[in-house]
Amino acid sequence: MNRKLFVLVSLFAILMMIAACAPAPTATPVPAPTKAPEPAKPAATTAPTAVPATKAPEPTKPAATTAPATQAVELRIVWYNDGNEGEVMRALLDKFQAANPNIKVKMDTVAYADLGKILQPQVEAGTPPDLARVTNLAQFQGFYLDLRPHLSNAATWEANWSPAFLGALRKADDKTGLYGYPTQFTVSGPFVNRTLFTQAGVPVPSDTKEKVTWQEWVDAAKKVATATKTPYAVAIDRSAHRFWGPTLGMCATYVTGLTETKFTIDTPGFRNAANMLVGWHKDKITPLEVWAGGGGGYAAGNDFFVNGQLVFYFSGNWQVGQFDKLIGNKFNWDVVPNPYGDCGSTGMPGGAALVTFKASKNPKEVAKLVEYLTSDDVLAEFSAKSLFLPGSLSLSKKGVTYASSNKQMNVFLKEVGKLTPESYYLQFNALGQTLNPEMRDRLSQVITGELTLDEAIKRIQQKMDEAAAAIKK
Amino acid sequence: MRSTRFWFSGDIFLQPFLWTLALLDYVLAPLQKLIGYKRMAYFFVLPNLLIFGIFILIPMLLNFYYGFTGGDSILLENRAVVGTANFEKIFACQDFTRPNTCSEDLFWRGAWNTTGFVVFQVGFMILFSLLTALALNREIHGRGFFRAMFFYPVLLSPVVVALIWKWILQFQNGVLNAFLVSLGLTKVPWLLDARWAQFWVIAISIWAQMGFFTLILLAGLQSIPKEMYEAASMDGANKWRTFWNVTMPLLMPTMTVVLVLALIRAVQVFDQVFVLTHGGPGTATMYIVQYIYRTAFEFRNYGMAAAASLVLAIVLLLLTIGQLLMQRRQEAV
Repeated sequence: MNRKLFVLVSLFAILMMIAACAPAPTATPVPAPTKAPEPAKPAATTAPTAVPATKAPEPTKPAATTAPATQAVELRIVWYNDGNEGEVMRALLDKFQAANPNIKVKMDTVAYADLGKILQPQVEAGTPPDLARVTNLAQFQGFYLDLRPHLSNAATWEANWSPAFLGALRKADDKTGLYGYPTQFTVSGPFVNRTLFTQAGVPVPSDTKEKVTWQEWVDAAKKVATATKTPYAVAIDRSAHRFWGPTLGMCATYVTGLTETKFTIDTPGFRNAANMLVGWHKDKITPLEVWAGGGGGYAAGNDFFVNGQLVFYFSGNWQVGQFDKLIGNKFNWDVVPNPYGDCGSTGMPGGAALVTFKASKNPKEVAKLVEYLTSDDVLAEFSAKSLFLPGSLSLSKKGVTYASSNKQMNVFLKEVGKLTPESYYLQFNALGQTLNPEMRDRLSQVITGELTLDEAIKRIQQKMDEAAAAIKK
Repeated sequence: MRSTRFWFSGDIFLQPFLWTLALLDYVLAPLQKLIGYKRMAYFFVLPNLLIFGIFILIPMLLNFYYGFTGGDSILLENRAVVGTANFEKIFACQDFTRPNTCSEDLFWRGAWNTTGFVVFQVGFMILFSLLTALALNREIHGRGFFRAMFFYPVLLSPVVVALIWKWILQFQNGVLNAFLVSLGLTKVPWLLDARWAQFWVIAISIWAQMGFFTLILLAGLQSIPKEMYEAASMDGANKWRTFWNVTMPLLMPTMTVVLVLALIRAVQVFDQVFVLTHGGPGTATMYIVQYIYRTAFEFRNYGMAAAASLVLAIVLLLLTIGQLLMQRRQEAV
């Protein structure tokens, strides 16, 4: 008897424990309210689809008695932030959701440094998000969703984007697929602390001359730094992408043709640019932390600029938003045109793309979301509020009015027109993704004295030859 | 009376366990009947074996396979088998002591940096731990306080240790440089000069771990019978001879444990240095584990990273075998 009682009590206790550990009860469908619910927004733009629902309908929201029950679909975007664009995008997505009640869009925001590490296993395992914001466009070639069958007018949509950008998402044998769009276009270029120039009584070179050389900028910045006791005259982000612009202006030629996979590193132009960078460190006119202190990662010099410790800072238009916010009216800062070398001047294009994945269970809804996000009004709002250059060609022609830093953004817009074909090739070619970290790390080794420039060039060349051979295989 | 004793005797905590065990009996008794008494042992080790298999054994086997493949895909089916190419590249070297002459120069930089770190970090840490343990073993005022002080850094996470020291040592606005400037001296690039960075990485690592090894050595010192010292004293041995002929021989088994633990920790160094210097300046503080991490997760060269980790595993295996042999020889003596 005792044993039976013991077993019963034990079972009861275990059941209680299980019940206590169970997840919180989900709301059960409520009976029809006494007050008539708001009629559901007409599903004119979102006809019920045969796509299997990934999420059950919200039980707490009773379906309108007049509208047919639609299957709710949840789309997931893996996103990263440089500035406030995540908030801007969320607001736009909320508007989309309001107009399309059966589509819910969830943003999974991750750190940029972890983006590739998070996405690669998901994509290769066949469980990617529906969309993702990426900068390495070529990484998931072959895994992207071709939007053509789902877009209302694929040809018109395609004409709105740079062919180089669309091509970067395609495999070599694919000339027509449409897999995503640029959320923003970026271009590299320099910033100057105008207040320091004024305090030093040195004119900003680009105010009086259209084509200012690197040497002229460095000389002027050095004068300003000395006169104002500013710690550093010049700095460039620790990234080969940033460095490529100056090297191209100084006559480096990495490829002989724009379909070439054979890269040549050792050119007088590259050597001149590399020596200039190394020389800045020897002369101690640039912060050592940026290029020598970072090990394997990208490092920006923006902190020095924001803190007024730097006269001339080479980075890109993505810094405008945070400079606008962080510097405010503490000092006057400006964007100036890219410096000139013997072969002209070019910044580097770049940007991020919102790409779609073919493993998505809801391709129609994905395309619908993409069409919404790429409409001129939505894109203009996104660009204006995030302080981004628009990636859309039609919007570039129309122009974007920025709420702040309009003047600075327009200088960058002008730089877009000066970008050379080779700069596009370097940025949007898969081999560029190999060249970027290799050149960055080897130049750092030259700066710290671990390698000579000759040894570094040999190493970079070896890496590029191996990468080209792997692509051919 | 009984119920009062029940509440205060701890039975209330014990009872649920007893109930659970009794319930388990309902499951295990039939199982034992089914598979037999002797095979029940396999059933009990099964959960641990599953965890070991999923999180250690299978990844180890996968790593072994990855070492012989190439490409940047994670999935095995998309990876091309390249044979021993990754290993050949690692060992393609004109002079192993000069990384610049090696095909995979960063591997050898990492390997040599690690060797230097292990020699200096382990050597100095054991020395300082021993000296501290000897000091704390004496009858001094505030001995408990000092023991706690030396052990305190061990409680800190390596990331926290690195962040604190980064704050102290950074070139601009670092606490140490601010102090130097206040004395009218110039700033020193503590973490931006290769030699200084290597020094600080070792020094901080010793500071962070020393307390743990001091505690082990202190336990070893306290286990030496006092009669041994009394006998040495009666024989007229001075302090120096007592130390070399009594303390050290009797402390050797403890020293061996400390050496083994310190060596393994030193070879695995990663998190603290990664946060403190990211392996810089250049590759001055890039150790072998960071090389493997960078190769796999920054450059997505998983094959090379797996091959490098296999080479590291072999080195660790050899070290462990050497230490085991040493230990056995000591035990035999």
